[in-house]
Amino acid sequence: MLDYGLFRYASKQEVLDKSIRYWNPGKTRFWLDAGVDLVMGAREGYVIHDVDGRRLIDLHINGGTYNLGHRNPELIDTLRTALDYFDIGNHWFPSVARTALAEALVEVSPGLRYAVFAPGGAEAADIALKSARYATKRRKIVSIIKGYHGHSGLAVATGDERFSKIFLSDRPDEFVQVPFNDLAAMEAALRGRDVAGVIVETIPATYGFPMPAPGYLQGVKDLCRRYGSLYVADEVQTGFMRCGEMWGWQSFGVEPDIFIAAKGLSGGLYPISVCMLGEAAGGWLSEDGAAHISTTGGGEVGCFVGIKVLQILGRPETRANVRAVSEFFAEGFAELIRRHGDVIVGLRQMGTVIGVEFAHPEGAVAASRGLYENGVWAIFSSLDKRVLQFKPGALMSRALCEEVLDRFDGAVPRIRALTAELGR
Amino acid sequence: MKLEPDLRFADDRAGALLERARWAAGAFATLDRAATLRIARAVAEAGFGAARGYAEWAVRETGFGVVEHKRRKNELCSRGVLDAYAAQDLVGPVADGGRKLVRLARPAGVILALTPSTNPIATLYFKAVLAMLTRNAILVCPHPRAKACSADAGELLMRAARAAGAPDGAIQVVGEPALPFVEALMADPRVDLVLATGGPAMVAAAYRSGHPALGVGPGNAPAFVHETADLAAAAQRIIASKSFDNALLCTSESVVLAHEPVADGLLAALRAAKAHVCDAGQVERLRGALWDAGGGFDVEGALGKDAATVARLAGFEVPAGTLVLVAPIARTEPEEPLAREKLAPVLGFARVADAGRAGAAARAMMRQSGRGHSAAFHGADEAALLAFAAAAPALRVAVNVPLSLGAAGFGTHLGPTMTVGTGFAGGSALGGNLRPEHLVNWVEVAFAAEASLPAGLGALDPWRSRPAPPETAPIPFSPGNPPGGPVDGRRAPVPGLDPEPAPLAGDDVAALRAEIRQLVLEELRAAMRAA
Repeated sequence: MLDYGLFRYASKQEVLDKSIRYWNPGKTRFWLDAGVDLVMGAREGYVIHDVDGRRLIDLHINGGTYNLGHRNPELIDTLRTALDYFDIGNHWFPSVARTALAEALVEVSPGLRYAVFAPGGAEAADIALKSARYATKRRKIVSIIKGYHGHSGLAVATGDERFSKIFLSDRPDEFVQVPFNDLAAMEAALRGRDVAGVIVETIPATYGFPMPAPGYLQGVKDLCRRYGSLYVADEVQTGFMRCGEMWGWQSFGVEPDIFIAAKGLSGGLYPISVCMLGEAAGGWLSEDGAAHISTTGGGEVGCFVGIKVLQILGRPETRANVRAVSEFFAEGFAELIRRHGDVIVGLRQMGTVIGVEFAHPEGAVAASRGLYENGVWAIFSSLDKRVLQFKPGALMSRALCEEVLDRFDGAVPRIRALTAELGR
Repeated sequence: MKLEPDLRFADDRAGALLERARWAAGAFATLDRAATLRIARAVAEAGFGAARGYAEWAVRETGFGVVEHKRRKNELCSRGVLDAYAAQDLVGPVADGGRKLVRLARPAGVILALTPSTNPIATLYFKAVLAMLTRNAILVCPHPRAKACSADAGELLMRAARAAGAPDGAIQVVGEPALPFVEALMADPRVDLVLATGGPAMVAAAYRSGHPALGVGPGNAPAFVHETADLAAAAQRIIASKSFDNALLCTSESVVLAHEPVADGLLAALRAAKAHVCDAGQVERLRGALWDAGGGFDVEGALGKDAATVARLAGFEVPAGTLVLVAPIARTEPEEPLAREKLAPVLGFARVADAGRAGAAARAMMRQSGRGHSAAFHGADEAALLAFAAAAPALRVAVNVPLSLGAAGFGTHLGPTMTVGTGFAGGSALGGNLRPEHLVNWVEVAFAAEASLPAGLGALDPWRSRPAPPETAPIPFSPGNPPGGPVDGRRAPVPGLDPEPAPLAGDDVAALRAEIRQLVLEELRAAMRAA
């Protein structure tokens, strides 16, 4: 019996059945077919449990949502304490909490002037693109093929057609896509001087973390400047120290005109995201501050969580931990590749943003399953199933990292066998 | 009027410090002996170089002690301690061919070290050097009264350690050591060992923490002067020792037990050594001034102050240059306050009939405090010495030396230490002076005793010589293969596994660096194969 007070199920099977019936048959069946029969129950730190009790170390962390761990005690305390006095608040009015978080964000974002809040990353991306259009009075948006910025109106139109065509939301006339790491293609797209902005994930996540080639991001920024477009960095997965600095664009030494951050800002507890705007892009905030409205964007209790997230990330110990985790897995994967070169053929890494490359074109799907069976949850890249997203949290302990590596090593024979079943 | 609420938010500083220490401990425990010694030497030398500066700072911040003496202690506890233990292999492998054993050191891991306000820097140096010698990460909780100098010194040692290749976090100092915070640290499962040097309450808390703990109890040392002693020499030693750093070492003499036949001569010799022998009225004033009604010692007025200041506190003046106040007392039972521990240059003086009575007097005074700690013997009669040593409840009896440094292993062959174990009697798991071997376990690899079966006692070393990457190193980056996988079946280079891409022609530094990386890599692989 799974009894949660307000509702109860006789078994995990009943959850799965009703999930198919009432919630999402496609998603529910997809994971069952993939051999991942997970319904999340207890969770703490970087460990999650299936409702049946199975323990998994979480290296998916929902793209950085659980960067500071599941149910981080400091963040839970922050939310609880904030709830003693605050709620979402009223977006119309100035707010102590929103102002404080905005100030804290501007402080850690050199070159940016304003923080506009939203409940999720997609809406933050929409704000970014609208702001670029406002500032340039142009309509076109350039994005990266297999880039990913969320599922709302403008954001989804920048992304893979898998997510837009089904809803008739692709708009090829206004949304142009170019290959990643291809400056010539980027220049061809911008040369017409009719592009409002270029939106780029600092490291494209859903595409399997291909690393920007040396000089690529700066090259894009230079092209934007030359042709009068704005450079929009999507920091949803690369921000919050995951690349070693607060923002990934700092690690790569490029200054965006606009950037968006989400997931990690929520601490995994209260939805909040942000679009950071430079002077020009933020002009509309003076001209008509109510031009974009979000009732739940920047909910006050969420702002408290966000402030605490920034505070934790600002500690020297957190910076040291990110470095230690990064160095540990750099060395660990070098050794795994040395010993299992037939299965694992490469490593993409910038700090704690890691893509593990498999020899088989769908090797990461086998890896997800093999690891799942061996107590580790890491998800393959939706848009490149050769690559496993491997995302250790910023506060991960040495003991847990060691366990992850041991479990990964132990899972390789199973991954090899699962891959063989896939065929070529 | 206060309009808004007073919201208080939790702050997991303890967790941040401990996780950093755990990372350091894990990495440190893989280093080989040469790399370990480099780090320990660097830390000791950094501390030695700053010995005077921190001596001044400690006196200024705490109001306790004598700069020159603290400098000496700081030097002894940095370079001195390192030199004393550098030859001892605390890493391994250590082969014992005769017994067909090989031993590998396994460090404790994360050591939580409490340091006192009386010897803040010397104790910090001492524990940090010991931790480095044994590849442990150390988190120091200084006494709040010495937190600023301790934090600064810890930072200096950490920088030196890092520059010499220690992992990040190998030495940390708690900046705001409030008691609840320290108690939370002590109770945290991420701590492996507590080293407690401090007041009895702190030491008791360390033992309650549930972790292995090595602590010191309070001192209260008797110094028995036998009739066979060279009185002038004994008096000189006792006064030098008791006035050293204004008696802040817990090993300093508390009460002189004077053998009756030479008691008057000893008093004269003490006077000659610049002691002031108090009259009965002055003794009574000292009793009234040094302890409050609850029996607590006057920390603000007397602790670590010089003799003239203490006399003035009690309401009398002593001649300029007086080093110690000698207070004759009739008995050594604890109800005589002057028979208790006095971290000030005030020395009790009691007469005893013989060595047996000296032992009894020692027991009487140490019944209150000081059990398991230190005692001194001055004289040439071995039978008297052994009778006293057998009877006095001390675990170290230093003979014909100044006790404060002698019991701490400076000028004797006891382990040089700032942490004096007080053993079972003192409620401590440690009976001797704290030495580095107390901070490691040993993996014992035992081969069959049967002579015909072979034993691998070769010179292989499972540890690594590669130091931790410096803070200035870039965060790990690996470009990986392009989308679609390796091109032409050749995977893109993986840092730490494949050779670096050839450097540009003419870039000698880069070429050299690549060569060094390659060498390191080969060494690492060899080590891994050996392991």
